[in-house]
Amino acid sequence: MEQAAHLVPLNWYLFLSTFLFCIGVMGVLFRRNAIIILMCIELMLNSVNLLLVAFSAYSGNSDGQVFVFFIMVVAAAEVAVGLALLISIYRNIGSTDIDVLNKLKW
Amino acid sequence: MTFLGLLIPLLPLMGFLVNGLLGKYLPKGSTGWIGSLSVLASFICVLMIFKDLGAAQAIQIDVFNWISFGNIDISFGLWIDSLTMVMLMVVTGVGFLIHLYSIGYMHGDEGYTRFFTYLNLFIFFMLLLVMGSNYLMMFIGWEGVGLCSYLLIGFWFKNEAYNDAAQKAFVMNRIGDLGFLLGMFFILFHFGTLDIQAVEGLATGLTANSTLLIGITLLLFVGAIGKSAQLPLYTWLPDAMAGPTPVSALIHAATMVTAGIYMIVRSNVLFAMAPTTMTVILWIGVATSVFAAVIGLKQNDIKKVLAYSTVSQLGLMFAALGLGAFSSGVFHLVTHAFFKALLFLGAGSVIHALHGEQDIRNMGGLKKLIPVTYLTFILAALAISGFPLLSGFFSKDEILAHAFEQNKLVWIILFISSLLTAFYMFRLVFLTFFNNFRGTEETKHHIHESPWTMTLPLIILCVLSVVGGLIGLPAVFDVSHLLGTYLTSVTEPSASLIHHGEMLSHSLEIGLMTLAGLAAIGMILYARWKYITLKAMPEADSAITGIPKLIYHKFYVDEIYESWIVKPVFKMSEWFGTFFDKQVVDRVVNATAGVMDSGGKTLRLFQNGNTGFYVFAMVIGMVVLFIIRLLI
Amino acid sequence: MSQLLFFTLSAMTILSALVVVFTRKPMYSVLSLIVCFFTIAGHYILLNAQFLAITHIIVYAGAIMVLFLFTVMLLNLNADSDVPKSGKLRIAATITAGMLFVTLLASIKSTTLGDFAFPPASDKGLVQHVGQRLFTDYLLPFEISSILFLSAMIGAVVLAKKEKH
Repeated sequence: MEQAAHLVPLNWYLFLSTFLFCIGVMGVLFRRNAIIILMCIELMLNSVNLLLVAFSAYSGNSDGQVFVFFIMVVAAAEVAVGLALLISIYRNIGSTDIDVLNKLKW
Repeated sequence: MTFLGLLIPLLPLMGFLVNGLLGKYLPKGSTGWIGSLSVLASFICVLMIFKDLGAAQAIQIDVFNWISFGNIDISFGLWIDSLTMVMLMVVTGVGFLIHLYSIGYMHGDEGYTRFFTYLNLFIFFMLLLVMGSNYLMMFIGWEGVGLCSYLLIGFWFKNEAYNDAAQKAFVMNRIGDLGFLLGMFFILFHFGTLDIQAVEGLATGLTANSTLLIGITLLLFVGAIGKSAQLPLYTWLPDAMAGPTPVSALIHAATMVTAGIYMIVRSNVLFAMAPTTMTVILWIGVATSVFAAVIGLKQNDIKKVLAYSTVSQLGLMFAALGLGAFSSGVFHLVTHAFFKALLFLGAGSVIHALHGEQDIRNMGGLKKLIPVTYLTFILAALAISGFPLLSGFFSKDEILAHAFEQNKLVWIILFISSLLTAFYMFRLVFLTFFNNFRGTEETKHHIHESPWTMTLPLIILCVLSVVGGLIGLPAVFDVSHLLGTYLTSVTEPSASLIHHGEMLSHSLEIGLMTLAGLAAIGMILYARWKYITLKAMPEADSAITGIPKLIYHKFYVDEIYESWIVKPVFKMSEWFGTFFDKQVVDRVVNATAGVMDSGGKTLRLFQNGNTGFYVFAMVIGMVVLFIIRLLI
Repeated sequence: MSQLLFFTLSAMTILSALVVVFTRKPMYSVLSLIVCFFTIAGHYILLNAQFLAITHIIVYAGAIMVLFLFTVMLLNLNADSDVPKSGKLRIAATITAGMLFVTLLASIKSTTLGDFAFPPASDKGLVQHVGQRLFTDYLLPFEISSILFLSAMIGAVVLAKKEKH
């Protein structure tokens, strides 16, 4: 395993996570369903996590992994609250379409 | 000593706070005593310091560092030296007597408590003014006494005319204050400090009569003109007689109006370094002295006569300063405080007895009815006229002697001015106290001598007016000039800078003194001949014609100011109000608001409530930021 | 060998991520996201971060995705309820995301990475090591995160609770 790790250059992880991140961004732009948008945000968070772990492993410092751990904590909390909000919204307007939620304007 | 020094201004402040905040709950009548005793306590503190403080010593009390920025430090500091001591004794001593007098005079007035509150506040500010160790502290006091003067002139605020007089005093003072303020800015800018001693020290290093020094001193002198009612800003002082008479005695005769003198003596080095300014001071003083004395000849209101006499005497003091005779100016300031306060208080006593009558044409024959007032008043009048061996004789003579040494023309004018003074003072005395009473029988029936709280200050001040000259006996009596010696530490630094004329020989000085004394007596006798023997009476207002009419109407100075300054300013304000404000300012403001309004109306459409759009905007923003980062 | 593994995992990751975005049925999105997370866990193992790999599976696949699944089922979402954005917007979204990708790549290209040439000791990602950091240097944040969880829990309960009428 050790031997394998440094056959993969760090740059590859950079490209992979950039691509994942952009897929997430695209999803957020592309979809109207709030749940899918939330999932795309998770995707973006994970791309960042992946990059942090890669840097951590390549620099021999476990701080990055501790950060990832905390990001997971926050992500879990965020999903819990976000989904609760979504349920509450759905109950009120019968939809999770973000285009319907346009009351808050000028 | 530091503690005592702090107590001096704090005691009247405490009196002010107690009377002002708790006055309503205190038993009626006690507030006057609180006010008076706080000033008396302050006076005792002054005496205790005086006992211990040598003439050349000074106390510096820095209460706290007040303003500190850059390399400028202005402390909330007090400074007590011999000059301060003299002023402190006058302010607290005469101030206490006038407080005491007010207890009787203001008895039964609905604003009794308010009166003493203001009076104590005035004393506090006056003490700050004379004790301030830097110009800013002096300025606080300067503004504070102006405020109190305003409050007290308009004390009977239900009378519209009194309010106008108060405002006039305030505005006139403001013109002067602006000069003081600008002078202060220049000092701060060029010397980097406002501390008076430091400025004095730095000033000696400059070229004498440089533009900077002339500018600073002229600006400071403008402040003095406003506060001390000199030409051309004197018109507020006669109007200020609208206030209760003790106020006229305290503020507009003995203390506040002398602030200008004090300020110039305090900065004597600065002024001595600018001979041009000194000349300006001299001539303004001389002109004011004779101008006000001429107006005083024809006034019929007992307080107005005294007011113009005050202006005239202040002019005399400024003339002394202009001659470089700083200690003589202070000497006359002190004696003037005694006899002018006494004259005002006596006038107040007369007005009190006559229930508000102020026109001397309706008085007369009061000599028997109010004997204490009569006796003290006539002694004060003798003192101010320069009757030999009374206080005014010595102080005035000293100034005249200096004038004679340096400039004969000044001497002649001042001599005439002092003759006029003797005449109009005794015109006042004879018309008020001699012959028969010219008022109604009704009024005459009620005339009574004032209570002891009023007569006691009269008697004390009378004693001071008579013997006050002892503190400044001239050299011919073979004794040292007590006040002059005491003030040496203050005036010495400037002494070498002043060009003094030849010292008068003793025989010449005695000659001059005799001449002045005889002339004063002559004028008094002339007044006696005119008003007692011939029983001449001032004409009714309508009967006055010619030059007397011009004088009676005070040379129409007020009217000239009215039509040349006040009206044009009003016109201009009106134009600004009706045209400029509406057509220019409003349009600019409205146009600005219109642009913002329509811009906002357009921009708010971007907030369309569509979350998808916001996300787009955010991502595009990120892209733009990345691009900017890449390009830079 | 490891490169092969990397490419396989990466391909699966990207593919499943694309499915998340483009499928019209929410259920498929959720399921493919779970696949995506598993492949990311594979990457973690490849990077020798075993502790995180396990935590990742437990937290994401075990908790978060289950929550998503429940929500989708609770709200009864299906392809019919999903209205796609208009064609123009989709093109705009693709272009914008592409622009972001390009600028990010350009940023990466213009950045010089530090010296990461040699992989470090392999035990950095083990439970022992991460745990030690977590309970020494990061003890306070660790404890505070429990408060965050508590508040999130209470918040979720309050929000999702049926309102009384």
